[in-house]
Amino acid sequence: MIETLKQPWTWYVAGALIGLTVPYLLLVGNKTFGISSSLRHLCAACIPGNVKFFKYDWKKESWNLFFVGGIAIGAFLAANFLSNPDPIVLAESTQQYLATKGITDTSSLLPAQIFSWDQLFTVRGLIFFVIGGFMVGFGTRYAGGCTSGHAIMGLSSLQWPSLVATMSFMIGGMLMTWFILPHLLTL
Amino acid sequence: MAHSFQHTPTPQEIADLQTRELDSICVNESELVHPWWYNLKYSAWGVLFGIVFFKAEIISWFRIQEMFRFESFHMYGVIGTAVVVGMISVQLIKRFKLRTIYGEEIHIPNKEFNKGQIFGGLLFGLGWAVTGACPGPLFAQVGAGYSVIIVTFLSAWLGTYIYGVFRDKLPH
Repeated sequence: MIETLKQPWTWYVAGALIGLTVPYLLLVGNKTFGISSSLRHLCAACIPGNVKFFKYDWKKESWNLFFVGGIAIGAFLAANFLSNPDPIVLAESTQQYLATKGITDTSSLLPAQIFSWDQLFTVRGLIFFVIGGFMVGFGTRYAGGCTSGHAIMGLSSLQWPSLVATMSFMIGGMLMTWFILPHLLTL
Repeated sequence: MAHSFQHTPTPQEIADLQTRELDSICVNESELVHPWWYNLKYSAWGVLFGIVFFKAEIISWFRIQEMFRFESFHMYGVIGTAVVVGMISVQLIKRFKLRTIYGEEIHIPNKEFNKGQIFGGLLFGLGWAVTGACPGPLFAQVGAGYSVIIVTFLSAWLGTYIYGVFRDKLPH
């Protein structure tokens, strides 16, 4: 049983469990699924300043912070007790492509050649952590949601603005992957 | 329901709600007031969610690269299944007029279209492909022990803050 759980989980198991988040949150508390809002609540809670956008009763939304706290704990548990000892199995073509860019270490879920502390004060670190993170935080709030709020919750409840947002996410991601990232990876 | 009571919103709370409705994802429709530990049921689901994120390798930068390069079905399968399951669930909730476990009517706010969904969406997409993470996986990556992602997380937090500061000047 544990050995099976340690293997990477199939897409339909993961997808179904993630999809069930939608009715779970609705049924236990009338909450609409969305994760990026947690960043807004953290702003409202810690650094509201004089910004109208952060002046609201964040405590009423604190369920969202409990939820993302749970995500971190769950990932901690999985990494420590259910971790797969083998390297990640990548599509051959992806692996070959990344190797031409010097990304050869697939022993972990994130490439250690990019995502490690010794890269922090390099051009790579500036792009992959600082600018990348900024675009995620700024972009999701500007779009009014992320993959969970728009792609999953929004599409589940048949909201066309969420389809527009989801298509924009995908176009942005492809632009980066196909036209910009090839240059960034070799910096 | 010894711990809860129907709550009449004050003018301040209504103003709060209107501000939050500017992006409907933030709106909490529940009128009930509960002690803090009622929130642990969200943490419990979050734990399961975090395990799924890790075990299905959704938090992997490599899987996001595969997805945007169209070289693997995995992420499309995950998101597609999630949407189908979510959609069926929402339809069932609406069809049978299900209520919350506290007896409240379930309400799903409508999302209004604004240009932010395009501009912000593109910007988020660019960032997603670089970091290999949307906001959920950021929490999971830090939890899983990729400690340097704390920097990415702080940067995302700052990004959200800067958006809030300049919100009125941006096209919506």
